[in-house]
Amino acid sequence: MIRLEQVARVFQVGDQAVHALDGVDLEVQRGEYLSIMGPSGSGKSTLLHILGLLDRPDTGRYLLEGRDVTGLDDAEQARVRRNQIGFVFQFFHLIPRMTAAENVELPLVLEGLEPAERRRRVDAVLEAVGLSDRAHHRPDQLSGGQRQRVAIARATILEPAMLLTDEPTGNLDRTSGHEIIALLESLHGAGMTLIVVTHDPELGRRARRRVRMLDGRIVEDRREPDHEG
Amino acid sequence: MKAEDAAGFAFGALRGYRARSLLMILAMAIGVAAVVVLTALGDGARRYVTGQFASLGTNLVIVLPGRSETTGGGMPMGMAATPRDLTLDDALALTRSHRVRRVAPIVIGSAAVSWGGLERDVPVMGSTAQLREVRHLELAQGRFLPAGDPQRGSPVVVMGAKVRDELFGAHRALGEWVRIGDRRFRVIGILRSEGRSLGVDIQELVIIPVASAQRLFNAPSLFRILVQARSREAVPGVKRFVVNTLRDRHQGEEDVTVVTQDAVLATFDKIFRALTLTVAGIGGISLAVAGILVMNVMLVAVSQRTGEIGLLKALGAPSRQILVLFLAEAAMLSLLGALAGLAAGGAGTWLLAYLYPVLPARPPLWAVGAAVGVALGTGLVFGTLPARRAARLDPVQALARH
Repeated sequence: MIRLEQVARVFQVGDQAVHALDGVDLEVQRGEYLSIMGPSGSGKSTLLHILGLLDRPDTGRYLLEGRDVTGLDDAEQARVRRNQIGFVFQFFHLIPRMTAAENVELPLVLEGLEPAERRRRVDAVLEAVGLSDRAHHRPDQLSGGQRQRVAIARATILEPAMLLTDEPTGNLDRTSGHEIIALLESLHGAGMTLIVVTHDPELGRRARRRVRMLDGRIVEDRREPDHEG
Repeated sequence: MKAEDAAGFAFGALRGYRARSLLMILAMAIGVAAVVVLTALGDGARRYVTGQFASLGTNLVIVLPGRSETTGGGMPMGMAATPRDLTLDDALALTRSHRVRRVAPIVIGSAAVSWGGLERDVPVMGSTAQLREVRHLELAQGRFLPAGDPQRGSPVVVMGAKVRDELFGAHRALGEWVRIGDRRFRVIGILRSEGRSLGVDIQELVIIPVASAQRLFNAPSLFRILVQARSREAVPGVKRFVVNTLRDRHQGEEDVTVVTQDAVLATFDKIFRALTLTVAGIGGISLAVAGILVMNVMLVAVSQRTGEIGLLKALGAPSRQILVLFLAEAAMLSLLGALAGLAAGGAGTWLLAYLYPVLPARPPLWAVGAAVGVALGTGLVFGTLPARRAARLDPVQALARH
């Protein structure tokens, strides 16, 4: 499903060139559960941004579903992000002036769906994340765990093939964190490709496939034959 | 994204930042209201003045002593320095055309009018019976100056209502003898109180026969001759006739100025239109300032909402969509401001009309349209830069800066 070929990304910091990604090859199959770990500055976030088409590689190719998406223009990339990729961020990134339902509805609005259809889908997805009774609360009236569930509902409402998460539990207490992990893993169980960037080893160990990065390179890529749950 | 959803999103953003939106709308509203009220004033003044000229009489040709215009050309300046007086005979000569309906010679001066120990200094106008029709004067009591030989100055006076009130109070004025200057006149008529004509308040005027006035002021020259043509079409012919006649009478010298009412009207119309445009321009400056404020506010909005912009991009909004959203926000600010400004301008105009009923203060339609158009235009023009900045934001950085 995902295929990166010799992807490199260089940032200019002052007069120094920093190789955030330095010739990365990666292949991910549909329905995989993958964690990307590594210390700060190892390039794992940059990798996630490139996978999510938020950033473009300087060199190399990115094939998504067999299609080279590196050279797509802005509007086409936006369409791919909207329909094939869901993002979950550490800081939730909910729009504070909008209710939970309105935040969840945003991708449908951007897609241009009819209001009736939007309402139906929003109700269904809020139900799925267990927030039906919080639909008309604004983010500041929700707990951290609830906010992240709203964000997950928003990321999955257009049923993307893959979910990219960046420290999804990084801003939550343990209990909420476990709930969020359970929710994400149930989505994976339903067939979604799940990619988790984290430096929490406990979270990282849960994935069947673990990629470790250092200085812009993949230094370890382990698959476990058996999934423990 | 549907257009109505984009509008809804932009409106939601405006509501989300209520204070700044309201301030912005206020600034835009003041600009639009300024244009509306100022042009209403300018255009009201124009209509007031032209209305005054129209009320002076219809199809008028006005003769002034001296040559002050540039239309004739070829006249050395020195010759115009000492104009020949306009005389009553000149005025009488002008009646000899079938195109001329009425002629009213006018002498103007000021004199003390007294009765029973009370004295008032008032403007005194000398004319003939025909003045009444020429200037549409109406009487409250009595009659106007008698027709007859204008050379014969009978000792009669027609009074403005205010002069009558001040001199006679509750007494009956008709038939009484008053002293004007060093002569005595009998009151034969009182002018209807309302009406103002060309700056002279009819209420404060007394009118006596032209010959009497010439004797009173001891001056044979006329201030004006008002010539009324039979019809609008006859006006140019009458003007030519007047010029020719007076040139013949003045030994071939064209030493009078003949203006038609239309020309005067047109001139004032032009002057006041220019004035209205000028004040509209001044109001327009405040609109431009409001436009710059829109830009400032939208720039702040973009930097405040980088996280939101990054998120929208991550959720799959193309740059173009973000541009549209922020432009919609700027346009909505301008539109709301323009509407508020129209309301405020309407209220201001109403207040003006209420305080100064004589001034027909109404904003011209073009000014209203232009004000709203310029408000929207500046909003969009000045909203473009911030919107483009938003659209160009790098989503990775936008999401990181939280």
